[in-house]
Amino acid sequence: MTQPEPAAAPAPVLALEEVTKSFGNVRALRGVSLRLHAGQAHALAGENGAGKSTLIKILAGVHGPDSGTVLLDGRPVSFAGPAGARDAGIAVIYQEPTLFADLSIAENIFMGRQPRRALGRIDHAAVREATAALMRRLGVDLDPDRPARGLSIADQQIVEIAKALSFDARVLIMDEPTAALTGTETARLFAVVDALRAEGAAVLFISHRLGEIFELCGSVTTLRDGALVATEDLDGLTEDDLVRRMVGRDLEELYPKQDTASGEPALTVRRLTREGVFHDVSFEVRRGEIVALAGLVGAGRSEVVQAVFGVDSADAGEVEVGGEKLRPGSPTAAMRAGVALVPEDRRQRGLVMEMSIERNIALTGLDRLGSAGVVRRTLERSRAADWAVRLQLKYGRLSDSVGVLSGGNQQKVVLAKWLATEPGVLIVDEPTRGIDVGTKAEVHRLLTALAADGIAVLMVSSDLPEVLGMADRVLVMHEGRLVASLPRAEATEESVMAAATGRSSEEAA
Amino acid sequence: MKGPIPRTDTADRTDAAARTNSANGADAVATSGARPGAEPGGGAGRFLRWDTAVGVLLVAVLLAGGGTTDGFAEITNLSAALNDTAEIALIALPMTLLVVAGQVDLSVASMLGLSSALAGALWDAGWAFELIVPLCLLVGVLGGLLNGWLVTRVGLPALAVTIGTLTLYRGLASVVLGNKAVSDFPESYAQWASYTEPVPGTFIPYPMALFAVLAAVAAFVLHCTAAGRSLFAIGAQEEAARFAGIRVKRIKLVLFAVAGLTASFAGIVYTLRYGSARADNGLGLELVVIASVLLGGVDFNGGKGTLGGAVAGVLLIGVLNNLLTLNGVSNEIQVIVTGVLLVISVLTPRVIALVTERRRRRAATAA
Repeated sequence: MTQPEPAAAPAPVLALEEVTKSFGNVRALRGVSLRLHAGQAHALAGENGAGKSTLIKILAGVHGPDSGTVLLDGRPVSFAGPAGARDAGIAVIYQEPTLFADLSIAENIFMGRQPRRALGRIDHAAVREATAALMRRLGVDLDPDRPARGLSIADQQIVEIAKALSFDARVLIMDEPTAALTGTETARLFAVVDALRAEGAAVLFISHRLGEIFELCGSVTTLRDGALVATEDLDGLTEDDLVRRMVGRDLEELYPKQDTASGEPALTVRRLTREGVFHDVSFEVRRGEIVALAGLVGAGRSEVVQAVFGVDSADAGEVEVGGEKLRPGSPTAAMRAGVALVPEDRRQRGLVMEMSIERNIALTGLDRLGSAGVVRRTLERSRAADWAVRLQLKYGRLSDSVGVLSGGNQQKVVLAKWLATEPGVLIVDEPTRGIDVGTKAEVHRLLTALAADGIAVLMVSSDLPEVLGMADRVLVMHEGRLVASLPRAEATEESVMAAATGRSSEEAA
Repeated sequence: MKGPIPRTDTADRTDAAARTNSANGADAVATSGARPGAEPGGGAGRFLRWDTAVGVLLVAVLLAGGGTTDGFAEITNLSAALNDTAEIALIALPMTLLVVAGQVDLSVASMLGLSSALAGALWDAGWAFELIVPLCLLVGVLGGLLNGWLVTRVGLPALAVTIGTLTLYRGLASVVLGNKAVSDFPESYAQWASYTEPVPGTFIPYPMALFAVLAAVAAFVLHCTAAGRSLFAIGAQEEAARFAGIRVKRIKLVLFAVAGLTASFAGIVYTLRYGSARADNGLGLELVVIASVLLGGVDFNGGKGTLGGAVAGVLLIGVLNNLLTLNGVSNEIQVIVTGVLLVISVLTPRVIALVTERRRRRAATAA
């Protein structure tokens, strides 16, 4: 796709000038500026935790900046919440759209502002016609009366874009919209976005897939640790240049993988199936090995590890730990066999947020804190203190609720809670999502050290550099099936993404 | 005129002065929302904790009553006042555990009525009392297991399930005994539930002596054992508890079974205490129980609360109502007093939390 030259830029539609934003002690954005021009697609690049989502939330009116200004058509504005930004013509499309599943596409688009007839009755015909007109404009074929339930993520995003259009959005912000899309779906989405851009919309595009950034956008702003690294034209840049700006440090340091000798199989999964979620998944993880489970969001990775651990049930297949068959559907049995699962969702599943740090750490081993089910508080505290030292936890008091800790320190508490069970098989699901780069490196060092101690580590991760940097072997899932098993030497960004988007299998077919 | 809830029948008790009327706390239950604080071991915040405050308030009411009201501090009155809260107090124990685990059982009073009706019908049919009691308790356990099964296996919310079984168990009670009252229970059994025959050497009637023992057990379980810690985790964040390998379903099932068991036992106590088995015994009592538990600082949203607080809440409502009765305050006013107390109990911790939060934020800005 050809891009117009950003050099001849008129005044920006939407701009940030020297914006700063802190949450508690964490400085999420430090003096960041950004300009979005009509008819141009601009990319926002950066690692997890670089400040991308905070920046989007400021543009979307979710947060106000601590200092600096938001300029709309050159005039300073302060949005009164997301509705204010929306009324100003700013639309945000998130990775996972939030539609009302039981309402039709048309009803979703015009929710809360349906055209009315006499006596306040909704004019269904007008709603339907307006929706059909939007779909024609986007060049897609979606029936306005179809319920949102059952739409693919890609179609749901089209609906969100149609909604944005119906608000006469002039700025379209897309936060990793392609994370869960197949190649064909991505191409269709890009066609739609390109058409909107040609009509004069300003587009801000966020993606971890650097290739897409080059395909869709003309210029890029890179953030690192909340600060602006560079804003530049993409012409003449390579993907490697972009990675270097994003990471800003030696990759070796962030991914301190040691070579370890892998031993006996510790975890063996055979033909594990959960109808409609994942099918016929078989793999093994050996002692001392770090195996990554890669794939797109929604490929079924978390579901597989949850079935292995027993919090979800499986319809068929079996799990063996250390040669012993595991009773299915029982986390208690899995824990007894030495399996630990650090779940993806820290706030809902990893931690009891309102409980104290020490009690969260103790939660997986309550029966080891005394005899006959009695919990000895002194033992509870001393064990928690031990772990706090070992994992370099930053905290006020161990009796503080875990909710006051930063994301990275919360993740350390979850790790402590599970390492306290002395697992032989450690499953970590997105272990570094949403935590700062420093803690990320610490977590990686920890995983490496655990593997060196002979623990089998299975790591679900959507962070491709992490997968490539940490894993001895990369398993790739696509739409509920295990489609590739790549040794470290063969795992590249291209080979993993090809398998994850189903391209390798499509080519084979 | 007597009993926690106005009743239409007249069992043969006369000393109205010794009776209290525990309020129906329906309004307060409906308005209680999130309530911060009250996890044990709070350290410096101890004196700001609501459950401690309720305990202090209880002592204050006892002292004030003794100083101002003739007849309050007499042994028979205190025994009667305690005994009048026996069923509420007993059921409040499992109810506290349920609410801490984020559950609730609204069917307890109906189970009390079913147990009472069953006891009456079987006694009428000539069964031995020694057989009636275990059978009633078995029915209580089965009823509790049904609640637990519907909540854990079918996955319905406890509130919805127990609203259903509230009606179901009360309906079964009517089927078992109809409209009649059975009241010819022998004195040898009735004395165990009477305030006139306290534990020798004390003013504590047997039902409340049992309550004291069970309360100690419940407090130990809730605050000192792995099972108790699991209840807090389940109530605060059920998903996280499940992911930590806590057997959430089994624990809930046991809790509901214990609640059913306790409610059916309370049905026996109630029957003997009033000397009357009726299908509508204890009508509406579940709300008084829940109100007392919430007054004691247990968070209706689960995850927070202390057993001591709940016990203080039960006793406070009991003692306060006794005191008001002795002073000739009408039932209607007593209900209002209890209601106001409940609303305050819901408001105060929220206000304290807001003040603390503001102070904390100001300190953070200054630093």
